[in-house]
Amino acid sequence: MKGRIIEEKIFTLLMAFSSLAIFASLILLIGSVIFKGAPALDLAMVTEAPSGGFYLGKKGGVLNAILGSFFLAGGAVFISLVLSIPIVMYINHYSSKGSLLNTATRFSIDVLSGVPSIIFGVFGFSIMIILGIKASLLGGMITVAMLVLPVMCRAVDEVARLVPEELPESVHALGATRYDVIKVSLRQILPGILTAIMISFGRAIGDAASVLFTAGFTDEMPLSLLQPAATLPLSIFFQINSPVAEVQNRAYASALILTAVILSISLSVRIIASKMKKKVVK
Amino acid sequence: MPHVKVNKFNLYFGNDHILKDIDVSIPDKQITVIIGPSGCGKTTLLKSFNRLIDLQDNVKTDGRILIDGEDVFSRNADLCSIRKKMGLLLQKPYPLPMSIYDNVAYGPRIHGLKKGGDLDGLVEHYLKEASLWDEVKGRLHAPAGNLSLGQQQRLCLARGLAVEPEIILADEPTSALDPLSTARIEKTFIKLKKSYTIIAVTHILRQAKRIADYVIFMYYGRVIEHGPASKVLENPEKDVTKEYVNGVIS
Repeated sequence: MKGRIIEEKIFTLLMAFSSLAIFASLILLIGSVIFKGAPALDLAMVTEAPSGGFYLGKKGGVLNAILGSFFLAGGAVFISLVLSIPIVMYINHYSSKGSLLNTATRFSIDVLSGVPSIIFGVFGFSIMIILGIKASLLGGMITVAMLVLPVMCRAVDEVARLVPEELPESVHALGATRYDVIKVSLRQILPGILTAIMISFGRAIGDAASVLFTAGFTDEMPLSLLQPAATLPLSIFFQINSPVAEVQNRAYASALILTAVILSISLSVRIIASKMKKKVVK
Repeated sequence: MPHVKVNKFNLYFGNDHILKDIDVSIPDKQITVIIGPSGCGKTTLLKSFNRLIDLQDNVKTDGRILIDGEDVFSRNADLCSIRKKMGLLLQKPYPLPMSIYDNVAYGPRIHGLKKGGDLDGLVEHYLKEASLWDEVKGRLHAPAGNLSLGQQQRLCLARGLAVEPEIILADEPTSALDPLSTARIEKTFIKLKKSYTIIAVTHILRQAKRIADYVIFMYYGRVIEHGPASKVLENPEKDVTKEYVNGVIS
């Protein structure tokens, strides 16, 4: 009897320790980024583009990469949202559960969400070569849209599957079409869709490998869809590779900016979703 | 002639024969209650009337269900207009994710009634018909999900009535409700039977005794007995019905 109690105590302690470990790693990660990045963070970092000799320690900032990242992630999320809503609504409301198209779609979503982002980058790049398009903001957007499409589909599908069958029954019973049912379902899962958008945005803004060849990199502001655009992850990558200590510190400052963006996104997801959930029928 | 008539109707889920040779007419402007043990096919029959059963996979049927002389299972039946003829109450009330007002206005809107004064009038009228108006008139634009379960069920009734059906289908409409709310729904049904044909499924015998004018007793997918409530409930012909009514089987 005593042995069992001791055993339970040991394992309770181990579980609590593991739970603490994940929280500690978040604090350590944010802490180290702040510790190394904050001293190098100044107003110019977020208000200026790199000027000549930026990578040798001269003046400038990473505004071009901040804007590039926002445009790129925003565009990619928009494209994947426009594609994922019809996909998810079709497999949930139109095609029957065991049908080939339905199974194939869900299978593809699962497989694609496990494909490493560098593969999407290479794939996007080879398509761009075939089409004769050079590295550009648009090319990056489309590639990153492919990367986040499965993420978005999965997140929307998860909430769409939770819609109780009473909803389609109630709406159909009023003489509605399937399309009417979809419109009501979308209202019901709106908080889930918002969460999916934010998750996808976080994924899109943080990815470096998929934009390496497709969006390229530049010190210019991202003013055209057809020109290359800088992104924060690549900006960090290029700065940290510099032999100049000052530039390396600015890499941490850039990392701090990226972390802050992602952190504020995931916090606002929680707040918005919890507020909207009150309006939804349970 | 009664406007709901079931004619040698069979229904299969895949290879399972669920409804067997159903042959029954539903009297107009009365409350018909379908009783029987769980799993006997009551709900399946009810959802066949407005073909909600189509939402399930692998459903096959033969025979006919005639509503106003039109076979709802015929190949060129217009599902939307068939369903519009029948309001439906589910076991668990499901208000749509919108305001109380919009829930009632939803049906008229999708069937092409425009915004404006007459919509306000409609909403008020049907909320009164469903005996809910006095409780919600001050907060029509509040989310419907905030209502109590009993109120939600009456809201669903108002929503169903607002598409001007001839028939009200109810699938154990009080099973999720407390006794007071149950009584209100039953009272509302008795009030509504002047204008509507009501078909309700229940597994509560006492409820059948309280509200039924006509009773259909089902057992293992067959209609065993049907007739006026007094006869089927007090003086059944068949042994199985007797056993069920006396609580020997349930």
